[in-house]
Amino acid sequence: MDDLLQEFIAETRETLEALSGEIVAWEADPTDRARLDAIFRFVHTVKGSCGFLDLPRLARLSHAAEDVLAAVRDGKRVPDTALVNAVLAIVDRIGEIVEAIDSGAGLDDSSEDLLIAALAEDARPAALAHTANVPRASSRSVRLNVDLLDRMMSGMSEMVLARNELARRLRDEAVDPLVEAALERLSLTVAEMRDTVTRTRMQKIDALFSALPRMVRDTAGELGKQVALSIDGSDVELDREMIELMRDPLVHIIRNAVDHGIEAPADRKAAGKREAGRLIVSARQSGNQILIEIADDGRGIDVERLVIKARQQKLVPEADLAAMDETARLDLIFHPGLSSRDTVTAISGRGVGMDVVRANIEHIGGRIHLSNQPGRGLTIVIYVPLTLSIMSTIVVGVGDQRFAIARQSVDEILRVRGESVRIDTIGDAAVATVRGRRLPLVSLGRLLGIGTPDGEANRTLAIISTRDGEYALAIDDVIDTEELVVKPAAPSVMATGVYAGQTLPDSGLPMLLLDGSGIATIAGLRFTRIIASEDEEVAGDRVEAIPALLFEDLDGQRRALPLAAIDRVEPVSTDAIRLTAGQWRLAIGGALVPLHSAAPIGDRTEVPVLRLTDGTTEIAYAIDEPIEIVQLPAEIAPARGSGPIAGVVIIDGEQVELLDAHALFSAEWQPQARDRLCWLHVDGSGWMETFLRPMLEASGYRCVTQPPRDAPADVVLTMDADAITPGIARHVVRLRRDPIDPAGGASIYRYDRAALLEALACAVGGR
Amino acid sequence: MELFLIAQIAGRGVAIETGQVDSVVDIAQIVAVPRAEAAVRGLVALRSRVVTVIDTGTALGLDATPDGARRAVITRVDGHPYAILVDALEDVATFERQPLSSGLALDRGWASVGVGLVERDGEPLLIVDLAALVPQTVATAGASPQPLAA
Repeated sequence: MDDLLQEFIAETRETLEALSGEIVAWEADPTDRARLDAIFRFVHTVKGSCGFLDLPRLARLSHAAEDVLAAVRDGKRVPDTALVNAVLAIVDRIGEIVEAIDSGAGLDDSSEDLLIAALAEDARPAALAHTANVPRASSRSVRLNVDLLDRMMSGMSEMVLARNELARRLRDEAVDPLVEAALERLSLTVAEMRDTVTRTRMQKIDALFSALPRMVRDTAGELGKQVALSIDGSDVELDREMIELMRDPLVHIIRNAVDHGIEAPADRKAAGKREAGRLIVSARQSGNQILIEIADDGRGIDVERLVIKARQQKLVPEADLAAMDETARLDLIFHPGLSSRDTVTAISGRGVGMDVVRANIEHIGGRIHLSNQPGRGLTIVIYVPLTLSIMSTIVVGVGDQRFAIARQSVDEILRVRGESVRIDTIGDAAVATVRGRRLPLVSLGRLLGIGTPDGEANRTLAIISTRDGEYALAIDDVIDTEELVVKPAAPSVMATGVYAGQTLPDSGLPMLLLDGSGIATIAGLRFTRIIASEDEEVAGDRVEAIPALLFEDLDGQRRALPLAAIDRVEPVSTDAIRLTAGQWRLAIGGALVPLHSAAPIGDRTEVPVLRLTDGTTEIAYAIDEPIEIVQLPAEIAPARGSGPIAGVVIIDGEQVELLDAHALFSAEWQPQARDRLCWLHVDGSGWMETFLRPMLEASGYRCVTQPPRDAPADVVLTMDADAITPGIARHVVRLRRDPIDPAGGASIYRYDRAALLEALACAVGGR
Repeated sequence: MELFLIAQIAGRGVAIETGQVDSVVDIAQIVAVPRAEAAVRGLVALRSRVVTVIDTGTALGLDATPDGARRAVITRVDGHPYAILVDALEDVATFERQPLSSGLALDRGWASVGVGLVERDGEPLLIVDLAALVPQTVATAGASPQPLAA
């Protein structure tokens, strides 16, 4: 919530700064419609955010100003000087309150009634309240211009290329090992920097979605409606700027959906729907775009009504209106100043949203599309370009060329060997049979006319999933996985239909990103279920089988782990693995993940790890080498002895240990911190803060160095003989510097850890 | 008087408006773009950008520019950077722009790229529009949304 508030403050501050010019211009010419719209949007946005952040004072002010501005827009009021002054006073006041919220200072609200009263038509010019001088709090975050980040990013790419060039040149000559070491260090720093710089621009769309459940709940609550919200695709990454710019449109659309779309429970029942409306918000990546879909099962848009309103308000010439097709008529919803509802509510107001929404989305090169089913719901799809997004890709080799494939479109990668994969030709078409499942096979080399089309090449299959179906793409090799910045390629390159964009990886050679769906189209694949149906019977037998990853463990054993527990398998640099605080940990993606391994990793520079997740906790398991995906037989011989082994299974006649995911995760479980408040009665030597505090916090005590204000501490630790005021702490534990207990002293030697912890436990236990 | 870059393309001297020229470079290793039309030689990294390389000979409907050609003029068309391969670069100088002589029948690709003439030491040189060398596509591929059901 604090984050959201901070963002609201920063945003409002920024808009206010941008708006100051508009305000002056509006003051000079109150009939200027564009300025009026800008100010209207500002108060509307503030109103929207306030309702959600629970800032009633701001909500009241902005709602009042919005009402008046709406009246001006509708031509019901004339923007005279008094009105302009009153509105500007409110805008100023909003700024003051925002500053006050930020600095935590109080601001009395006595004059706000006056400000609002001044908006009334018959109000006499009020003496404006003096502006309170609220000191600006220093901000904890910096808002940067994205241009700057762009420049940083391209500078970074230059740096990587320069490093590569340098490395290439040094490789050709015998160089001083010291120079090599320096280059090595440079490389590491550059790689780290690149990662950081890249991340400065990227954000999970979760940043946008996380606020939605609360907002939907509150909005629905205010309206007496029931709405079940489901969110999907929160981990899609999007350019930070895009996220910022998408925030308002999304809020508007969702408020509209709850307010106008979803009907009241009684109406829904009457219409034969479930009482609780459904709202589905999802994000996914498709080719070079991110799609954000907001679907509700409400009443949809009443298009006839839109037309009637447009006619009444004379928004569109009658002739144009008559000539409109259904799509164009539906698009009237985007017309400024038009709403399909007559009643004005505090939630979404007057349909002002949709024109702002479209303007914002088009501003970032996106598009918005409506799919309206009157009486059954409305689906809004927002298309946002992928430009500058970072994509997680798999780099594959065909002939002597390399291509990237978006990782999310690759289901699985397997080698053509052994029993699990078979390749046949049916008529002209090649078919790969993978564990009993038949998939159309496309040879990338043949499709692109490079490499050797058959035989020794095409040793590897990537199972590509598209929206229509799956197919196997035959490639020569999987080379690497890489996070890449993908940009659109030139039109003549995109026109081939097989590429989704281009990128410049660390190698310094441009690389093309393959478009999984495009390849299927070019290869002429038509997805029907016929191919799969032959195997239905087989599939029926296999319902019980659990797919698992077979791998060579570090201690030389073959082990398997159910696929469901594995998020992904990826090679990591052993530099990222350290024994810290009694446990091996892997630093990856800015987070620490506990790492398990069956044996020491040894002196290799890179090790494949299984990233395991149960949805909440993540752990890593280092292995020697992944082998293939197998089906676990139903019979598992139970394990004897300790260690994270669940049992032994037979796979291809070989004994394979089954790793116990449950044991791995349960080892991560730690008892909840007890969260007992411990007041350290510090003596100025700093001993308590530096020596004692970390130990206590690790043991689950929350430490403060000031006497707690609101509630008494559970225990106070002191080194003084002074009396502690009763009421501040429930228990007192006294420490002494001297190992020898002075006579009659009920104190504990300060390094007697066991006694100290026990005394504390006794003290808080008696609570 | 305008400033022109004098270059050799497909064995002929041509003039290029300097306003169209972003920079003049020797390009590095070209990465092919399978399935793209022949005039697209491939992609090349130019500092941190990826640039599409145009095989000028093929674009003009003449013999392909030799594989070893490395010298290129960088230009920008519709926001995308292109490297136009040239045989050689000769000079930058100001010339008087003249219209194409009437009755002059330019053959093949020259007709679509020639926009005028300059005269250097009595020798007429064709002014070439770099943008016309870039293959134009009518429809760009990509995920475009289906029209909404009416």
